[in-house]
Amino acid sequence: MKIPIVYNVRSLARRPVSTAMTALGVALVVGVFIAMLALANGFKMALVRTGSPDNVIVLRKGADSELSSGITRDNAAIIAALPEVAAAADGAPLASPEVFVPMNVESAGVGEAQLVVTRGVTARAFEVRHGIRLVEGRMFTPGRDEVIIGTAIAPKLAHSAVGDTIHLAGRGWLVAGHFSAGGSAFESEVWGENDQLMPVLRGQVYQVVAFRLRDPGQFDSAKRALENDPRLQVDARRESEFYASQSTVLRTILNFLAIFITGIMAIGAVFGAVNTMYAAVASRTSEIAVLLTLGFKPRSVLASFLAEATVLALVGGLLGCLVALPINGIVTSTTNWSSFSMIAFSFLVTPRILLEGVIFAVVMGVVGGFFPARRAARVPVVEAIR
Amino acid sequence: MKYFPLVWANLTRHKRRTVLTTLSVALALFLFASLRSVITTLHAGAEVGSESRMIVQSAKAIVFFLPMSYKERLLAVPGVQAVTWADWFGGVYQDPKNFFASFAADAESYLDMYKTDFTLPADQRTAFIKERTACIVGQHLLEKYGWHLGQNVTLQGTIFQGDWTFTIRGVYHATDPAFSEDALMFHYEVIYERYPRWVQPGWYVLQLKDPALAQQVAATIDSEFKNSTDPTKTGTERAFNAGFVTMWGNVSFLMNSIGMAVVFAILLVAANSMMLSARERTNEVGVLKTVGFSDRLLFGLVMAEAGIIALGGAVLGLGAAKALYRPTDFSAMGFLPGFDVTAGTLALGLGIAVVLAVASGLVPALNAARLSAVQALRHVE
Amino acid sequence: MALVTIRGLSKSFQRDSQPIVVFDGLDLDFAEGSFTALMGPSGSGKSTLLNLVAGLDRPTSGTVTVGDAEVSAMGPGALAEWRARHVGFVFQSYNLLPVLTAYQNVELPLLLTRLSKAERHDHVMTALGVVALTDRAEHFPRQLSGGQEQRVAIARAVVSDPTIILLDEPTGQLDAKSAAEILELLQRLNREFHKTILMVTHDPHAAQAAGRTLHLDKGVLTA
Repeated sequence: MKIPIVYNVRSLARRPVSTAMTALGVALVVGVFIAMLALANGFKMALVRTGSPDNVIVLRKGADSELSSGITRDNAAIIAALPEVAAAADGAPLASPEVFVPMNVESAGVGEAQLVVTRGVTARAFEVRHGIRLVEGRMFTPGRDEVIIGTAIAPKLAHSAVGDTIHLAGRGWLVAGHFSAGGSAFESEVWGENDQLMPVLRGQVYQVVAFRLRDPGQFDSAKRALENDPRLQVDARRESEFYASQSTVLRTILNFLAIFITGIMAIGAVFGAVNTMYAAVASRTSEIAVLLTLGFKPRSVLASFLAEATVLALVGGLLGCLVALPINGIVTSTTNWSSFSMIAFSFLVTPRILLEGVIFAVVMGVVGGFFPARRAARVPVVEAIR
Repeated sequence: MKYFPLVWANLTRHKRRTVLTTLSVALALFLFASLRSVITTLHAGAEVGSESRMIVQSAKAIVFFLPMSYKERLLAVPGVQAVTWADWFGGVYQDPKNFFASFAADAESYLDMYKTDFTLPADQRTAFIKERTACIVGQHLLEKYGWHLGQNVTLQGTIFQGDWTFTIRGVYHATDPAFSEDALMFHYEVIYERYPRWVQPGWYVLQLKDPALAQQVAATIDSEFKNSTDPTKTGTERAFNAGFVTMWGNVSFLMNSIGMAVVFAILLVAANSMMLSARERTNEVGVLKTVGFSDRLLFGLVMAEAGIIALGGAVLGLGAAKALYRPTDFSAMGFLPGFDVTAGTLALGLGIAVVLAVASGLVPALNAARLSAVQALRHVE
Repeated sequence: MALVTIRGLSKSFQRDSQPIVVFDGLDLDFAEGSFTALMGPSGSGKSTLLNLVAGLDRPTSGTVTVGDAEVSAMGPGALAEWRARHVGFVFQSYNLLPVLTAYQNVELPLLLTRLSKAERHDHVMTALGVVALTDRAEHFPRQLSGGQEQRVAIARAVVSDPTIILLDEPTGQLDAKSAAEILELLQRLNREFHKTILMVTHDPHAAQAAGRTLHLDKGVLTA
C-alpha cells in the first residue's frame, strides 16, 4: 500500500520556513551548476559552430593552431588544385587562403589593448566558411584599407562602429561593416582583404588554407594526398574537428571548475536536506507509528519519506532553473589560449542542461533523504501509544 | 567560561546535526577561500616582475618580431643599463597536453638580467653557456617529468617546424614562489641559425638604472619607433605580466559571484539548523527562565551555539584550504603558479563566519530572549 | 510573620477578544516557614497564582510581595535575578534538561551566582544529599526513574537556598510510592530546614502532607 504523496506535500507545508530554506539551498546549487554548464556550453558551441565536417583546414605541419602556421602562396595554389576540392559556381576552386594574426586593438572604454584575431581573406572565404553574413554596413572594398568586424567582438573594441577608423598594425582602417557568423568564433574576429593585410602583417605567407570538399566522404583521400606531397609540409584536418580541438584547454578548465564548485556546494546542500529530513522524522514519530498501526508497511514509510525529500529537492531544482535562466545569452569574453586572442561568447542554456540540473537536484534529494527515510521506516509501532 | 558546558551540551544533543552543519560551513568556506585565491594568485602573478626591468614588444602584437638592430638603439637610450632578448618557442613535449613554457634567449645577458629571480649553480651556468644545444629547466619541471641533468629532451616545434633536441645542462630554482619553475630555456642562436632570414627577437628586456625612469624610458623608446615598420610597446615587466591577467576576462567577477552564491547557500543550511534546534527547546527555555536565567543570558547562549558552529566550520574549511594547496604544489596546470591562500582571504573568511553566526543565530536567539516562561512551559512540541 | 503578602490580586486573560477573569481582588498571606497546599478544580487559577508569586507572570492589578520584594512591580530583568536568588520551582513534569547530568541540572541556578566551581560543587552535593541521590550525580535524566527525576528537580529547587519553594502538581506523574517519598522529602524540608513551601495539587493525599490547605474555585478562596 502506498502512502499518498499528498501527506508528504502537506507535511512540507506545515514547516514552511524550514522547507523553504532547504529548497532554496538546493536551488542555489542547481543555479550555479546550470550557470557553469551554460558557460562551458556557450564556449564549446562558439567553437563547434565554427567548423563544419565538409570543410578542410590545412596548416603547416606541426603547427598546433592557425597562429603558428605558415603556407606559401605557391603551396596555397597547389592545395587549391587538389581534385577533392569543390568547385564554385564560376568553376574556380572553393579554397580560401587566409592570413591569421592576433593583433593588438584598443579596447572600448578601458584604453588598454586586447589581442583580437585579424583574418585576411579573399571573396572565396565567404563561400567556403559557413554562415558569414553582413548585418550592418557593407563589405570592405578590394584595394582599400578597409575591414569588417564580427558582431561579438565589435562592442568590446574602441572605434569599432561602422564608419569609424580602427587602428591595427600601426595603420588606420575604415570599418566598412559588421558581420555575424552563426554564433561561431569568427564573430570575435576582424576580417580584411588578404592583399591589404599580408604586407602589413607577416609577409608573403598565408597561415591557413580552408577548402570545401566536393564530397565530405573524400576527406581521407584529400588528407593523404596533402600530407604525402613532398612539396608541401602540411597537416590537414576537418574544420569541425580542428576548432573543437582548439577549445580543449579552456573547456577542460571550465568543466573542472563546474564539477569542483558544484560538487562541494552539493554536499553542503545535501547536509542541509539531511538535517531537515531527520528533524521532520523526529517530530512525526507518532504519526509514523499511527501509519504503521493502520497497516502501512515500513517500506512504504521509507518510500514516502524518500519521496518527500525528493519533492523538496525537485522544487529547489525547478527554482534553480528559473533563477539561472536569465543568464542565457549574456555575453562574456576570455582568451582562447590556442589562438592567444579574445573570444566572446554567450552563456548557452539548453533544455538538456536544465534537465541535467533537475536530475542533479533529484539525486541530491534522494541521497539526502535516504538515511532519514530509513530511520522513519524503523519507528517502532509502540510509539503510537505514547 | 562557566556556561560553556550548557552550550556544549546543547550542541551535542544532536551530534549529527551539529556535525553536518559545521561541515557545511567548512565546505563553503573552503570553496570561498579557493575561489578567492584564484583571484589573489592571478594578481600576485601580475606583481611578479621587477620594477626596474622593462619589456619592449611589438606594438602590433606579441607575435611579431622586433629587428635585431634595435639592440644597440635600446642600449643607447638614457637610463637603460643592460639589454637582453628572447623568443617564444612554444614547443610540445610528446603530447599537446604536456604544456610548459619553452623559449629561446640570448643566454648570457638573459641570465645576468634575471640573476636576482632565480638561482643557477655556477658550474651549470658555464656548461649551459658553452654548449649550443644545451638548455636549462626549472626544478619543478625537472621533477614533473623525472628528468635529470645531462638528459636529452626533444620538443616538437609548433611555430618553428620540426623536432628540436636539447640537453639539460642546468636546473634553476626560483626565489619567488610566483615565479614559474616550469620553463625550459635554450640558446637564441639555435633557431636563428635555422631561419636566419626570418628569426629576430620576440621581445627585449631592459634593465633600468633607476626604476623611477620607467615612464620616461618607455615614452622615449615608443616614440622613437612609432613611425617605423616595427613600432614598439614598452612597459614595466610588472605591467607586462598584469596584461596576461586581464586576458582572463571576467574571471574576477565570475569567481566573486559564485563565492557569494556559495556563502548564501550555506547560510541557509546553518540558519535552518539553528532554527530546528531552537524549536525543540522551547520548553527548556521556559525552565531556564524559571530558574532565573535572564532574557539576555538566553540570547547569549543561543548566539554562542551559532558562533561555535560557524567558527568551528571556519577553522576547518579555511584551514583545509590553507593546508591543501601550497604543500601539494597545486598550480592549475601551470596557469596559476604559487597558488596559495593569502592572509587577507583567511581574514575575509573569518569575517564571513562571524556574519554567518549572527545571521543564523539572531532570530532563534531573539525568540529565546522574548519567550515568556509561562508560554514556553505550556508549549508542547 | 507573613513572608508572602497578596493584596487585591486580579488576573484576567484575553482570549479571542473575550476577557476571562481568573480571579478578582484576592487577599492572601503565607507565613514564613509555612507549608501550604493549594487545591481546586482545573481552570480554577491555582497554577496562575503560583506563577504570579514566582514572578513568572504579571497581575492585571493588585500586589504580590515576597519578603522585601514587590514582585508584581518588578521588571523582567530584575525578576530573573530575584527568582534565581529567592525562588525554587518544581514542575509536574520535572523539566530537567535531558542533555545535562543530574549534577549539572542541580548546578544550574548556581551558575547565576558568583560562586567558584569548588563552592558550587559543595552546594550541589549537599542538595543531592538532602534528596539522597549523591550516587546518581553523573546520570542523565533518561537513566533515572520518575521519582528520582523529581528528587533531582527538588534538589535544583533548593540548591541556592531560596526564600520560598513553589511546586506545581509535584506528584502528578508519579506512582503512589514515589509520591509518598516526595511528600516526605517536602515535609523534611519544611520541618528540618524551615523552608516556606507553597504546593499546588489536586491530590488530597498530597494536601494532607501540608500544614494548611486552601481551596480555590472559580477565583474564590476558601480555607
